[in-house]
Amino acid sequence: MQEVVLKIEDLSKVYRLGELGTGTISHDLNRWWYKIRGKQDPYLKLADVNDRSKAGGSDYVWSLKDINFEVKKGEVLGIIGKNGAGKSTLLKILSQITSPTTGEVKIKGRIAALLEVGTGFHQDLTGRENIFLNGAILGMTKEEIVDKLDEIIEFSGIAKYIDTPVKRYSSGMMVRLGFAVAAHLEPEILIVDEVLAVGDQEFQDKCIGKMKSVSNSGRTVLFVSHNLSAVQNLCSTCMYLKHGQIQEIGSTSKVIESYLSENKNVQLTGEIPADFYRQYTNGEAYFRKIVIKDSDENIIDKLAFNQPFKVALELEAIKDLKNVMININVGTTLGQPVLYAVDKKGPVYVGRDLNKGKHTIEAKFNTRLLPGNYSFTIGISYLANGSTIDWVENVYFISVDKVGYAKEGNYPWDDVHGYIEPDTNWNYN
Amino acid sequence: MNAKQNWDLIIKPKASWHKLHLGEIMRYKDLLFLFVKRDFVALYKQTILGPLWFFLQPIITAITFTVIFGNLAHIPTDGVPQVLFYLSGITLWNYFSDTLTKTSDTFTANANIFGKVYFPRMIVPLSVVFSNLLKMGVQFFLFILVWVYYLMRSDQIHPNSVLLLVPFLIILMGLLGLAFGVIISSLTTKYRDLKFLVVFGVQLLMYASPIVYPLSMVPQKYKWIILANPTTSIIETFKYAFLGVGEFNWMHLAYSLVFTIIFLIIGLIIFNKVERSFMDSV
Repeated sequence: MQEVVLKIEDLSKVYRLGELGTGTISHDLNRWWYKIRGKQDPYLKLADVNDRSKAGGSDYVWSLKDINFEVKKGEVLGIIGKNGAGKSTLLKILSQITSPTTGEVKIKGRIAALLEVGTGFHQDLTGRENIFLNGAILGMTKEEIVDKLDEIIEFSGIAKYIDTPVKRYSSGMMVRLGFAVAAHLEPEILIVDEVLAVGDQEFQDKCIGKMKSVSNSGRTVLFVSHNLSAVQNLCSTCMYLKHGQIQEIGSTSKVIESYLSENKNVQLTGEIPADFYRQYTNGEAYFRKIVIKDSDENIIDKLAFNQPFKVALELEAIKDLKNVMININVGTTLGQPVLYAVDKKGPVYVGRDLNKGKHTIEAKFNTRLLPGNYSFTIGISYLANGSTIDWVENVYFISVDKVGYAKEGNYPWDDVHGYIEPDTNWNYN
Repeated sequence: MNAKQNWDLIIKPKASWHKLHLGEIMRYKDLLFLFVKRDFVALYKQTILGPLWFFLQPIITAITFTVIFGNLAHIPTDGVPQVLFYLSGITLWNYFSDTLTKTSDTFTANANIFGKVYFPRMIVPLSVVFSNLLKMGVQFFLFILVWVYYLMRSDQIHPNSVLLLVPFLIILMGLLGLAFGVIISSLTTKYRDLKFLVVFGVQLLMYASPIVYPLSMVPQKYKWIILANPTTSIIETFKYAFLGVGEFNWMHLAYSLVFTIIFLIIGLIIFNKVERSFMDSV
């Protein structure tokens, strides 16, 4: 049996909501008064479960509650969950940036967290000087950095500019340099947060490759990401956090599957429940329903290849809305955006005025989606400044079949390249 | 598997107040050195006069004081040439006030880094103490030049064996600035009001220290107020050592030492407590 290198017991974290300012001194004094009488912190009892879609009655929220798990040596654990599920809080506690409210974390070996690349870069110093500074901030000693300096510069791919102040760098170069330093850290436990979201494809591949080699060398990695394909690719086990609690932990493909299927119950009725997780909403309007229909008005979740479809939405405006625009985003189930559809007349984007009350909106799509699984995200925002009113992510799923629609032909191949088949005209001379 | 495992690190909700992670700071000494270098090198990058500013600041201040307090207000300087008198006070005072103001925003100014990486937070204020010590060294050299010049030209200056205490006085001044700085930085994470008080407060404190006037000029009735200021006896001893004027009193110096130690311990304890939770309130 492999040795346990990270053990988390009954870990919880409470955050205070709202403005700090008035009231905090009185809360502090009150807390202190309870403490000297040997009683429990009175504000902890009030805390709500971390569910952002419901307005809680309390100013205090459990960002994490009763987390228990173990990680064995050499394991690569993926952590997934929606925004606000507590992933970042967990990382911050593990990397000692903030302390837990209750519970304990036990760690064996050196732990390093990579929550950002290039932390502490100083604009006026050269790339080389910043390698030393950044490396030291991440916990390397000077000798370690000197030993690996050539490797780091080589890995960053910006050897030519290494003696130029970093303020002259492009943001891409800065990220490369930062990751190059981080990649040469050699802790027993490495925590990585979404750093892969930046940089071009070549660079991302390089990062994934580096992380794979880290885990192959027997070190432990905790990887937090929204990028499900990267998690699938890298992690042997996966943890799904929901509302600050562990929803599921186990083999990666199983956990990802149940994470995705969570949203599928919308599909049965088309109703978006009031407690459905919303990425962002300002409370001026809510999407209440979404269904996808074929041209005969049947509700469907499967399309034939080349089949046209309609997205039907029901929106409840809480107040009169002026100059707003609804957008429908189609993406892959692994989170890759595919297309962004908005209301347009000719070349002009159209803003609509919606009165208070319920509206039904239908958008007809003539897009030829290539076979595969797609997820729908809907949003409404102001046309003028783009500020979001309501945004509901991954709310509906469809799969596109290889069998052709009506008299159109089937999709003939096993491999599918890309997501959309555009209208093209071909000329041979 | 053993029932009892040896863990290298256990993260718990509350820090024990007596554990100040001094060993950990030693492990990060390279970072401390790099921070000092960064502060020192980056300070005057893209300025025309560069390191010359290190000299200009105290000289211009000393000249201003000479004009205003010496020539216009006619405040005596214990018979010492005015420029030298003011410069001696300013050199030491600047070290204290620079350390204090710069450490007092440790948490707010570094929230960005602190939110992403863990290292002993104390490294940052410590690096300020050292980088300001370097700056102070440069300014001290300037003071010595002026002092030697007057030493040869006039017989009003009487250096004495108290000079041996000078390194101790400088360290004490730095630690005092650090002590105030870390206390303020810990409290400003929650109560931002203090930030406004710092600049203003340091300025007021300067006038409560014998820099623009000699302690001997203070009426006996109010002398205890000035002496309650822990920087007073440090500055007075410094002046006594180099110039042979002012008061040198072991008791007063002991008061400053005890004051510094107590405040430094309080500061470290508060800082240690705040460093674990400030990310939630900053």
